[in-house]
Amino acid sequence: MMSGVGEKLVHLWPEMALLVGAVLTAAAGLCTRRRCRALPACLAAVSLGVSGALVLIQIGGLPQLGGGLAGLNLVHYVRLLVVGLGLLLVLVTVNAAEAWSGSEQADRQVGSGRIGGLEQRSGSQVSDHRGEFFAFFLMSLMGVMLVAGAEDLVWLFLALELVSLPTYVMIAISRRPQESSAAWEAAVKYFFLGALSVAIFLYGFALIYGASGSTRLEEIRQLVRRTGPENVPLLLNVGLALAVVGLSFKIAAVPMHFYVADVYQGASAAVSAFLAVVPKTAGFVALVLVLGVLDVDGGARIPGVLGVVLWILAVLSMTVGNTLALLQRSVRRVLAYSSVAHSGYMLVGLLAGVNLSVEQGMLGNGLGGVLFYLMAYGLGVTAAFAVLGSLEHAGWEADDYRAISGLARRSGPLALSMLLAMLSLIGLPPMVGFVGKVYLFGSAVQAGYMALVVVAVLNSAISAVYYLRIAGACYFGAAQEAVEIAAVPSRRVAGMIAGIAAVLLGLLGGPLVEAAGVAAQRRPAAVQTVHMLVRAAEKLQP
Amino acid sequence: MISPFLIVALLVAPLAGGLALVLIPRLSAVEIRAFTLVASLATLVFAGILAAQYDWAHSSQMQFEWWVPWVESFGLKFSFGLMDSISLWLVLLTAFLVPVVVLGSWSAVAERVREFHAWLLFLEAAMLGTFVATDLIFFYVCFEFTLVPLYFLIGIFGSEERLKAARVFFLYTFTASMLTFAGVLYVAYFNANLPATLGLPAAGRWTFSIPDLIQAGQRMSPSQQTWVFLALLAGFAVKVPLWPWHTWLPLAHTEAPTAGSVILAGVLLKLGTYGLLRLAIPMTPLAAAQWAPIVGGLALVGILWAALVCWVQRDVKKLVAYSSVSHLGFCVLGMFALNVIGGTGSVLYMINHGLSTGALFLCVGMIYERLHSRDMDQMSGLGRAMPVWASFFVFFALASVGLPGLNGFVSEFLCLLGTFRAVEAYGRGAVVGAHVMAAAAGLGMIGSAIYILYMVGRVVFGPLRLVVFPEESKLAMGMSLESAAVPTVPRGDLSAREILTLAPIALACLWLGLFPAPVLKSLEKPVARITAAAVTEAQKLSIDRLTVGVADVEHMVAAENGRISASEHAGRGIFRKTAGTLLNEAPEAAAEGQGGWRISSGGGRVDSRMNP
Repeated sequence: MMSGVGEKLVHLWPEMALLVGAVLTAAAGLCTRRRCRALPACLAAVSLGVSGALVLIQIGGLPQLGGGLAGLNLVHYVRLLVVGLGLLLVLVTVNAAEAWSGSEQADRQVGSGRIGGLEQRSGSQVSDHRGEFFAFFLMSLMGVMLVAGAEDLVWLFLALELVSLPTYVMIAISRRPQESSAAWEAAVKYFFLGALSVAIFLYGFALIYGASGSTRLEEIRQLVRRTGPENVPLLLNVGLALAVVGLSFKIAAVPMHFYVADVYQGASAAVSAFLAVVPKTAGFVALVLVLGVLDVDGGARIPGVLGVVLWILAVLSMTVGNTLALLQRSVRRVLAYSSVAHSGYMLVGLLAGVNLSVEQGMLGNGLGGVLFYLMAYGLGVTAAFAVLGSLEHAGWEADDYRAISGLARRSGPLALSMLLAMLSLIGLPPMVGFVGKVYLFGSAVQAGYMALVVVAVLNSAISAVYYLRIAGACYFGAAQEAVEIAAVPSRRVAGMIAGIAAVLLGLLGGPLVEAAGVAAQRRPAAVQTVHMLVRAAEKLQP
Repeated sequence: MISPFLIVALLVAPLAGGLALVLIPRLSAVEIRAFTLVASLATLVFAGILAAQYDWAHSSQMQFEWWVPWVESFGLKFSFGLMDSISLWLVLLTAFLVPVVVLGSWSAVAERVREFHAWLLFLEAAMLGTFVATDLIFFYVCFEFTLVPLYFLIGIFGSEERLKAARVFFLYTFTASMLTFAGVLYVAYFNANLPATLGLPAAGRWTFSIPDLIQAGQRMSPSQQTWVFLALLAGFAVKVPLWPWHTWLPLAHTEAPTAGSVILAGVLLKLGTYGLLRLAIPMTPLAAAQWAPIVGGLALVGILWAALVCWVQRDVKKLVAYSSVSHLGFCVLGMFALNVIGGTGSVLYMINHGLSTGALFLCVGMIYERLHSRDMDQMSGLGRAMPVWASFFVFFALASVGLPGLNGFVSEFLCLLGTFRAVEAYGRGAVVGAHVMAAAAGLGMIGSAIYILYMVGRVVFGPLRLVVFPEESKLAMGMSLESAAVPTVPRGDLSAREILTLAPIALACLWLGLFPAPVLKSLEKPVARITAAAVTEAQKLSIDRLTVGVADVEHMVAAENGRISASEHAGRGIFRKTAGTLLNEAPEAAAEGQGGWRISSGGGRVDSRMNP
């Protein structure tokens, strides 16, 4: 029995690596000596690296990756995505929980503003939150990995909560004292709206359970197979619709998008990058899994009312996101609303589903498009926030267009990262964002959503307006001497890495496109193992 | 086999040059300019070798084909090759203009020299890529990427309203070409879902190969063709620009630095006409034939309207910019005549317009560098102070007007002739029809003569008068200009470098004006091949239109039907024959000048006689 469990635990190695890393990081954070300052971030990076290596071992090593992607499935893909983006985010967030000054006022604020049950360390001159920050960071990433492996609605719910709960804390502790009020406001907003969304999708899950009599996704799929995806019980449809609405909070899509601008603006740039990338990934993977129950015959488009609901949500997300982004004065708010728009593009791919009636190729695999686009979007938005996080104006992190004005004259690399990020987010060829859009929109055409594609490309054109305004401010504006370029080399490096990756993956991204497509098609096998593990654990209990 | 690598070298030379400029630290401005010049000259050399190695006997076939995988699971490749001689000529034009531009803006750009030249080289790579791409998405990639370098060239180095111009230029063209993108996806989707049994090589799988998609596109239903045609037209018409989507152009051209204007007018606008010819017409032949009267009509309106607008311009650069709208109208008009004469003329027009308008922009830029003004009211008689410049300016102005013996004439003549004979495409009505359109476009020619000569008259001839700057104007308040001592132009007449900039273009204009026959001959076959399907559709349509029209008049049904089908058959045969012979005569006609007109009207009369 035990050996059986041990064998099955093998599948959770990457997650466990992160968990161990989280514990060690939290412990390392207790060390107050200056020498230890970089320790938590380093530990986080190392545990991500170990986790990634374990995933590669699971797949069968790097050589296997090139040759046919034999072992790859959804879980592996998401884990690798998380590790890759996680490493990038570590670089961005390295200084996020910068030392807090021990002034009394700040301490009082710390005391009253605690969210998420942190212990107060009063009295210490320098109370540093790096340890907790990176521990939560790793736990949130671990949550995304677990979401991908979920086979059960309860498991899925717990994994999603594991993604979100740490982020509430991360927002609150990410900023320096003088900015902390904004961060707390953002954290509170994010927490309460997050709780609301959790309630909604939990209610949805409950209805799904009520309709199907099971929390296991495979059994729900059996039910759908019996009735046919077009004739599922109304209760199940309502449950799924509520789940979609609830999850739209995680992916920052209409109708649960309204928090996004305030939160991204309030949190530090580094944490905003994290929020734009990690919960969105978790949310979309969860959507793929939940809506996967309707996918009984190898993945057709989403049928019936739910299809219409998603269609409307996609159009609204794109249009509302882009329109609101157009009206903003603050670059962070622009990026926040554009995050809504990008979720809209990805909903197009989700809606298209997998339609591989055409023999060769991946166009038609909308879910693969979603998985690929998560990476493409992650690179762009991380680079943008990394640049914003490197700029300071009067003690505050850069926020409005004035702060980035004339950046090219002051720091070529920062401006270049911003430019590459913007071009990739516009979807201008040959950047990775373009390949992602070909993937998503090509699949939507294949699934017969021509009107949706036209809306999407027009929205891309709208998005060009504000992205270009940002890039233009960097290159054409007058240099702002009042803006300081913070001495955070890691952020600059992260920006450059993300920007250059956005170019290179656009030009050489063929294997990744393939991998995303393969991963999207290989769900059941992945899910099976984790579920078996759950069962084994249940049997272990006395 | 070294030949495929020539194309790679052609693309890599400017790209590597641009990257080198970004990466190599500590270069002086002169070194950067020299480096850029060498890189662009190397590109020109590669293009020259390409032309020398080119098999001119098979000018309508794909040559130098090569590809590297991109995203194989989408069927995407970086595949390039010369699809026919049209591509080669445009490659030559591009490779020729860039070194000229580098030389021409040697002293115009003093700040951020490195950025300027890096963007210029990236732009060259993107433009060349568009002309040699044989994969539709790769074409689109290059087509779109041209926006970024130009956005920065205009936005950083332009004049007062540069930011607005750059933004409007980017957003307008980007928005339009996103629709093109949707159309491209649809054609690929259509092809991927065709049954493989149809006998098309690529049916049933995702591919973006242009020749494959052209074959597939021709199988689309009329409504599908219409939608795809409109989607493609959206992007290309804005790029050309076709009236009424030209509004970005005067702004962008006027505000851009000289180099930007030259490249914009010389090559960028041709991306639009090239796209129409390469994609829209062969891929959706039926829709192209159906929409030909409308597109032609818009082109015609553009010709006349822009000519009138030019007439009232005070800003020399703006005048030249608007003249592009008018001139490109001829190009589109000839192209949508859907016959070999019009098509050949249209391609030649692309090259000619690139040379003469590019050169005019260079001339205007040289004046601006000296006087910091482009206002016609503030300067006159420059011929006295700058005789060399004036000679070039008049020369290019005449080339642009279409003086026989210079390049503009041949292509303009062929476009008009093609239009005149395009009864299938443009209809044969008395109010709206091929003949009327050709006549109206002829008016546009006169208009262009008026505004260009008017400008030349104002700027080059008359008493010498220079810009009066504010601080001097106070001193010169009571002084009449004639009585003043002869004012001197700062920096005097053209320097050796500037002459070296303009002379090659002048030689090219002269060569294309006097000996266009080899160019035309090489273009004839590819144009015939590209327009073949559309011509057939246009002929079918024109028969349909007639029969329907006749059926309305009930008492004439029987008699008319018989007569029309017989004459139509005969007419088509004669038409083909005359088209061929006239095309061969065209060069001589060009040299003879006035004689050409007689031939054209004669040919037209033959044509009209054989139609009912």
